Amino acid sequence: MPRKSITPDTDLEQMSILDADGALDTDLEPDIAAETLLELHHTMLLARRFDERLLNLQRQGRIGTFPPCKGHEAAHLGAAAHLRPTDWMVPSFRELAALLWRGASLEQMLVFNNGFNEGGALPPDARTLPMAVPVGSQMLHAVGLAWAAQYRRTDEVVMTFFGDGATSEGDFHEAMNFAAVYQVPLVFVCQNNHWAISIPLHKQTRTPTLAQKALAYGMPGMQVDGNDLLSVYVAAGEAMARARGGGGPTLIECVTYRLIMHTTADDPTKYRSEEEVKAWLARDPLPRFQNYLKNKGVLADADLSAIEADIENRIQAAVTRAEARMAQPHDPLLMFEHLHAERPAELERQRRELADELDVAAKGATDG
Amino acid sequence: MAKRTMVQALNLALRQEMAKDDRVIVMGEDVGLDGGVFRVTDGLVAQFGEQRVLDTPLAESAIAGMAIGMAIYGLRPVCEIQFSGFAYHSFHQLENHAARMRWRTQGGLHVPMVLRAPYGAGVRALEHHSESREAYWAHTPGLKMVIPSGPRNARALLVSAIRDPDPVIFYEAKALYRAFREEVPDEEETLPIGQARVAREGRDVTLITYGAMLPPTLEAAERLHAEEGIEAEVIDLLTISPLDDQTLADSLAKTGRAAVVHEAQRSFGVGAEVVARLMERAFYSLEAPIARITGFDTIVPYFSREKHYLPHADRIAGRVKDMIKAV
Ligand SMILES: Cc1ncc(C[n+]2csc(CCOP(=O)(O)OP(=O)(O)O)c2C)c(N)n1
Ligand SMILES: [Mg+2]
Repeated sequence: MPRKSITPDTDLEQMSILDADGALDTDLEPDIAAETLLELHHTMLLARRFDERLLNLQRQGRIGTFPPCKGHEAAHLGAAAHLRPTDWMVPSFRELAALLWRGASLEQMLVFNNGFNEGGALPPDARTLPMAVPVGSQMLHAVGLAWAAQYRRTDEVVMTFFGDGATSEGDFHEAMNFAAVYQVPLVFVCQNNHWAISIPLHKQTRTPTLAQKALAYGMPGMQVDGNDLLSVYVAAGEAMARARGGGGPTLIECVTYRLIMHTTADDPTKYRSEEEVKAWLARDPLPRFQNYLKNKGVLADADLSAIEADIENRIQAAVTRAEARMAQPHDPLLMFEHLHAERPAELERQRRELADELDVAAKGATDG
Repeated sequence: MAKRTMVQALNLALRQEMAKDDRVIVMGEDVGLDGGVFRVTDGLVAQFGEQRVLDTPLAESAIAGMAIGMAIYGLRPVCEIQFSGFAYHSFHQLENHAARMRWRTQGGLHVPMVLRAPYGAGVRALEHHSESREAYWAHTPGLKMVIPSGPRNARALLVSAIRDPDPVIFYEAKALYRAFREEVPDEEETLPIGQARVAREGRDVTLITYGAMLPPTLEAAERLHAEEGIEAEVIDLLTISPLDDQTLADSLAKTGRAAVVHEAQRSFGVGAEVVARLMERAFYSLEAPIARITGFDTIVPYFSREKHYLPHADRIAGRVKDMIKAV
């Protein structure tokens, strides 16, 4: 029995198409219709401006804690761009542009972020799962959805998102393994932003890439420049085609950076340097994509100011609507809704208990 | 003595135990440079180094499971789970191993570990950051479950938990982390695990509570005194399991009436256990049914409705008045 090295039989690749200096690899450049490029740009810019607005509102105490996504827009939008309405998206909590691309309502997000359960309501035919706070937990749901889609003999594909930190959770490994064992139509998209709150990537994993974890499970893995929308788009397109064609799951690692705090409760100056952030600001995915569009003649400066104005109006209108809605009296008894399809008797008793308390308080207020 | 918040008091307990005993290892997500998201471990890595303060990868099952091994070896790991809502990943390791190792090996191995986690509502947080699920742990044979109510007892109980030979789950009310300061002596102080404390003396009714519900319960007691001349005795459990039912029964013998106040949902919880113990141990002292004034059997609603979910002084005082008038 000789001793020899084993070559894994799955692919592991790295890709960058449009670099931070604007240099373009024209051989790899995807052929995307101008109209689609503009839609992608519009969503990316909307996500950036809405994220900024949310941060402003949070700082004024008008919404609660939330995880901003500045810097991640290309990493998740480039992937979600391939989703058909019949496909499923299983997010974590830092995929604002992808959610907007899938039609999420600004107003609903504002209401949600201000601590109203009403903001969690989904449109009836939604195929985007709600945000998952417990890190990594959602990936297994994606495996289940994909298995079911295959069982029903559809051509639907599932795409799930998670961070670099999430790859340490057992759920990640279990999901990767199950997905590969069952060869389900699933694309795993990791937004490697180098940090899990204060833990840098090198303390999270010993491997130089996250993409290589795919090999252990027997699926292809690719590491792409996550601040280059084109790279992500190409990698995800291939993975989606493979999944749709019965070729099983893929892991895509999008190398990106969180240009902002982890959540509005976090102080990143405790654990990372200003220089590091500056270096990554120079690789911001938004101006990179905008310059590409300008060089291509798809976007003119004049168009850009019109788009900015349009986005500003849309956000302002949503804030106005959401705040008007939240200023209306909101029934505390809503907390008893939607816990079960049918409310058990004890819960109904508790609901009445609170209703009575509120009645007494209201009566006290009028009498007083 | 210095005035300290609960965060500072817990930090003091960790710092002193680490200085005194090199078996004490702090581990968890972001406990190093960041000092924990609530800053309970602030400065520890600078003082004791990365061998003593482990910034772990993001995996709560691994944190608990690894701590079990360290504890079996003879170390005293103190795990921080960033929010108690993420401690369910650890539950598997605690239920299946930490809680059973002594029993399984007939006293041969034991697991002196602490699992700390912030719990409870009232801080405008996202989903999974507001729950109060102490009953899961208290329901597990082999575990101890401690919930302090202020800086001074938090510090003393954490020291006791670290020195305890068995696994202790230590829930810290995030609503109390910076709510007020208390004199906390620099000198070592411990409190026995398994002992409740009378936080306010009274003869008419016993109010049993713990953690973040202590302040509104005390406020309700003051109101009952001022408005109705009702003297409520308030008992602060401090340890949920093992439950100090003797202190409860003694109080009930005096007052004849009791209510349990907790923010956790009502059914199958700590309140139910307290009621059962009092039925078993103090039935003949009872002059009225024991009330449960608790969170509802729902998920804690997002923060715009949180105040209606949590028991507050008005609700507590109102229910106690009704209870006393009914008889
Ligand atoms: C199971 C679980 N543990 C801990 C947390 C607290 N927490 C929220 S986000 C986060 C870091 C996540 O890092 P990563 O996966 O890299 O995603 P990123 O935040 O960088 O987008 C932690 C520890 C959580 N939400 N869920
Ligand atoms: Mg990350």
